[in-house]
Amino acid sequence: MTEEINLTIDGIPITTRAGTSVLDAALENAIYIPHLCHHPDLKPVGACRLCGVEIDGGRMTMSCLEPARAGIEVVTESPEIALVRRTAVELLIANHDMDCLACAAATDCELLRLSAHVSVQSERLERLKGLTELKPVDNSNPFFSFDPNKCVLCTICVRTCEEIQGVRALALINRGYETVIGTFGNKPFIESVCESCGECVVRCPVGALAPKRFQKPAREVQTTCTYCGVGCGLYLGVIGDRIVSARGDRERPSNHGQLCVKGRYGFKFINHPGRLTTPLIKRNGEFEEATWEEALDLVAEKFSQHKGDSFAALASAKCTNEENYLIQKLTRAAMGTNTVDHCARL
Amino acid sequence: MTNSIEEVKDAACILAIGTNTTAAHPVIAYSMKQASRNGAKLIVANPKVIGLVRSADIFLQNQPGSDVALLMGMARVIVELGLHDETFIEEQCENFEAFQASLEAFNPEFVAEVTGIQWETIAEAAQVYATNKPASIFYAMGITQHTHGTDNVMAVSNLALLTGSVGKPSTGVNPLRGQNNVQGACDLGALPNVYTGYQQVTDPKVQAKFEEAWGVKLSGENGLTHVEIIDAIDEGQIKVLYIVGENPILSEANANHVDKAFRKLDFMVVQDIFMSGTAEYADVVLPAASFAEKDGTFTNTERRVQRVRKAIAPVGDSRPDWWIVNEIGKRVAEKGFDFDGPKEIMEEIAALTPIYGGITYERLEDVAGLQWPCPNKDHPGTPYLHKGKFSRGKGKLIPLVYKPSDEMPDEEYPLLLTTDRSLYHYHTVITRMAEGLDELEKEELLRINPVDAEGLGLEGGDMVKVRSRRGEVEVRADVTDVVPPGVVSMSFHFHESPTNVLTNAALDPVAKIPETKVCAVRVEEFQKRAQ
Repeated sequence: MTEEINLTIDGIPITTRAGTSVLDAALENAIYIPHLCHHPDLKPVGACRLCGVEIDGGRMTMSCLEPARAGIEVVTESPEIALVRRTAVELLIANHDMDCLACAAATDCELLRLSAHVSVQSERLERLKGLTELKPVDNSNPFFSFDPNKCVLCTICVRTCEEIQGVRALALINRGYETVIGTFGNKPFIESVCESCGECVVRCPVGALAPKRFQKPAREVQTTCTYCGVGCGLYLGVIGDRIVSARGDRERPSNHGQLCVKGRYGFKFINHPGRLTTPLIKRNGEFEEATWEEALDLVAEKFSQHKGDSFAALASAKCTNEENYLIQKLTRAAMGTNTVDHCARL
Repeated sequence: MTNSIEEVKDAACILAIGTNTTAAHPVIAYSMKQASRNGAKLIVANPKVIGLVRSADIFLQNQPGSDVALLMGMARVIVELGLHDETFIEEQCENFEAFQASLEAFNPEFVAEVTGIQWETIAEAAQVYATNKPASIFYAMGITQHTHGTDNVMAVSNLALLTGSVGKPSTGVNPLRGQNNVQGACDLGALPNVYTGYQQVTDPKVQAKFEEAWGVKLSGENGLTHVEIIDAIDEGQIKVLYIVGENPILSEANANHVDKAFRKLDFMVVQDIFMSGTAEYADVVLPAASFAEKDGTFTNTERRVQRVRKAIAPVGDSRPDWWIVNEIGKRVAEKGFDFDGPKEIMEEIAALTPIYGGITYERLEDVAGLQWPCPNKDHPGTPYLHKGKFSRGKGKLIPLVYKPSDEMPDEEYPLLLTTDRSLYHYHTVITRMAEGLDELEKEELLRINPVDAEGLGLEGGDMVKVRSRRGEVEVRADVTDVVPPGVVSMSFHFHESPTNVLTNAALDPVAKIPETKVCAVRVEEFQKRAQ
């Protein structure tokens, strides 16, 4: 068991595990400290300068980098902290493309959450505006876009690609106002080593990296991915009778929320117009639509005439366990042969 | 897998051989790379410079088909340096002396010659694997799809046994299963030699058990495997074929032979979600529901049984596969096909299958699912196998000899073709229908080394004809040094360039797996790309 320690945040007694950062201890106890570059999956970097706190009356320190220690008294708001925070937020917002209604992050934006906590003055924003020009949006990837005008340079995407995916497709490029997130050589995403896994898109706190044509699902269903043998847990998002999204299930031991490009974005085949939607019977070399009764009766008639060694079944590694069980049972118990196999060897 | 995915990140050494993990099992590759960043030694053995090589400490670029030589060479180093786990071998293994004697043939000159790798590099890899524990080995079709695939697997197993790297967390012999439910299809007896849970059809006791449960007489003879089925159709023995969710016309080795066989069938039923190339041959096509439209379970590569849940109603008049099979069963059998859903089917599975004995839909509500063996309702499942003892009693070290692949390059067909997979596609149909994925990889590419390309006067982007003894395919060339000179590679995802027309259906004598990883081809008749 990790040791439990006690401390206070704004005078409120808190218990947390040793080794937790002050920021995480606060967030776990439903005390909000503004932050942008913090993500629970990533190592803290203290880059955004927003999560400053004062400990035991000392100078301001970044709470994401500060380990919680027994007995400390943490203060999350003071005139000095408020000034630093407001300046940092105003600089971020002044350069931010405020197209919030059409933004995929609209319902879950750290910048909106942040601005609600900091007194932002619009006349000051006006003065800060115009220091940078609008930068082109990178739409090269079929599944997501990157809008540098919304980017807050928190580097969560860069660190996700490095620390979690080990792909290292992204980096901070240039200096000062010219700083942007970019690929090697600042080429379009599609020409980089990016594998389109979308893990950075999931973690982007502001909608700079956003799924294309995103629709927030009306409901979500917990299931298992249909692609490879890893068996990632995922939630399929549904609107009406359409699958509109997929996201990783963080509780699942097989993937802990991570997905690849196929699992996250490869669901469009489900509602593809080319799906087979009715039984077909070939007559004179042409397929004709049939009812289930007609098709099943014909299949049963032919199968009944070929019980034993003249019958073979190929089951499917894409089907469920229950379905494979039934296919082998049908072959063995009803058709009288053990000639049932599937593509395990292919 | 003997071990679990969650254990990957805690290994001190990972040997990834014959697996292009970043493409075929990306989420496990994330864990391998995380282990590497945590300080684990990563050894990658592959004929191609795959994505994982960027994170590797040692890269063994062995010739396709040379895995037995490579692994036995490593074993020889381990034994010569005394790095084998004598206590483990003494207590838990057998046949060490015979195994040791078989290492004699794998001398440095021979191994270096066959693998194309310097002996010193192999020796270093062997030492790194034997001395950084816990060590786990991962492999996939690069090991199995050979006429000596079984030997390859035994060679992998030998290495793990020799060093005692099995039966503990973050160790083991870990085949990465390809399809989402290939593990489950095997577990549930969709194989010609076993009922559910690997109960042998030739065992009279097993036969009696299933005869009693199902109330019918059953055959005690093994059935035919996939490739054998195609041959038996061609020879006129099999006349009726029922295919569920498979597209052998693209995925099976020697596809022209499959085409010829399918034309001979009296009656063929294909049950699928799309009109695949295979479905075109069918007499009846039955529209199936996709995974998003039905309830059930999949079993992943770490033996974890997990729930699949219906998110939307079946598209159009399609139906879940279990419903369709059940309806056919009702019509052709007197009894045994009156299931009202997957939950009830799982109850019958659990009753007949010891390794699934404790699995129920109630227990699968837990997000973690259950890892078999799970013999009873109080059993928590098994994260890693062979703890303390092997299921067969003692682990057997297997003496091996090197066998060349069935068809090696020669004067007429001077290049060696090996097949692989793309990150952006999965087998042959569904990713082609998933908007966006096709955009990321639009067409088949023949990867060819600049040395070979120059010899042929070929440039990247040119359309070429690739020819083998079995057929020819048109494909665009990608001149790249991810393949070594003399070796070319293609995936098999694109019906426009059906790679398996070229591949060799020669089989491993035990596993009956075709040798899709090695065949001889020549490249010719190219058309310059538009300038």
